[in-house]
Amino acid sequence: MTVRVSVFAAIAALILLTVIFELIRSRRLHERYAILWLLTGGVIFVLAVWRGALGTLAHFVGIAYPPSALFILASLFILIVLLHYSTVISKLADQNRILAQRLALLESKVRGEEERTFAR
Amino acid sequence: MTEPVTTATREAADPRIAGLRRLAIVPAYNEAEAIESVVEELRAFDPDLEVVVIDDGSVDGTSTRAEKLGVEVVRLPFNVGIGGAMQTGYQYAREHGFDLAIQVDGDGQHDPWEIATLIEPILDGRADMAVGTRFAGETGYRAPFARRIGIQLFARFVSLIVRQRVTDTTSGFRAVNRSGIALFASDYPHDYPEVETTVLVHQHRLRMVEVPVAMRTRATGRSSITLFQSIYYTIKVSLALFVGLFRRPSTFLEDQ
Repeated sequence: MTVRVSVFAAIAALILLTVIFELIRSRRLHERYAILWLLTGGVIFVLAVWRGALGTLAHFVGIAYPPSALFILASLFILIVLLHYSTVISKLADQNRILAQRLALLESKVRGEEERTFAR
Repeated sequence: MTEPVTTATREAADPRIAGLRRLAIVPAYNEAEAIESVVEELRAFDPDLEVVVIDDGSVDGTSTRAEKLGVEVVRLPFNVGIGGAMQTGYQYAREHGFDLAIQVDGDGQHDPWEIATLIEPILDGRADMAVGTRFAGETGYRAPFARRIGIQLFARFVSLIVRQRVTDTTSGFRAVNRSGIALFASDYPHDYPEVETTVLVHQHRLRMVEVPVAMRTRATGRSSITLFQSIYYTIKVSLALFVGLFRRPSTFLEDQ
């Protein structure tokens, strides 16, 4: 495996990590949702730099060309992040529904009170 | 513990609080068993202390129990976590113009009679936030081993950041003045907020003082921290502290 692919993978991982850091710092990304991304960037970076570990891993799962293992691993992490987001979206949808319901009930209550006030 | 004083004497005992509107913020998540005694003890301590219970989406009737006692109850439509619940309390304090806000957990682990000791540095004008700690003095508190190590590591780290000795970064027994209320109403960490608020206060140049207090072991309910949550807690708080080092204050407080 060429050194070049490792270098590019490491650079890509570093860019990812920097972007995540800046997003947290500027409060556009909550720590809670950053952890999985940081883990993704961290693992890709370590395996890009530590080629021995990547070789062992690739050999273990039966991949002849180690850099492929790196990208398969990266896609696996992206899959996990996406799945995590699906659960987050589901929770947000639930909370959104509850908010809409509470707001609608509150509005009808306020309207009722207003009508009673004006009827007097 | 302070000697129990009867009703009207809290202001008589300490004339400094006479002109101050004071609020106890009680965050509660499924604390139906404990909430009544917490509210009653707060009233026994100081009848003029207003109490707002922030019900963080409880499903055990916590708010019904609290409403029966005639205290103000703010019911969040769903569980938003302790950070969001506390901030709701501070927003309530800001909207109603309170001068002093005291956080008291809804599970009964904080002894209302210790409030007199807790608010001392604020009344003296020495602090904007007072934190009741279990470690700063002889209070006889011993946490489980792993937890103690974690608390100590964060205490060291936070002490370095704020350049002041901090012994207990996990205590939720706190009191703040108007500046503190203004800050927390506009900016408060989302979950596991205690460690980060200490740094937040420092970044906004507010003064924090630790006050040794006695705390009780939880009477009811269970400490809800699982292994997974402790790992998440450690990572989340470390990350927030680290990134926080590179952050400017986001909220501008009017000059005092």
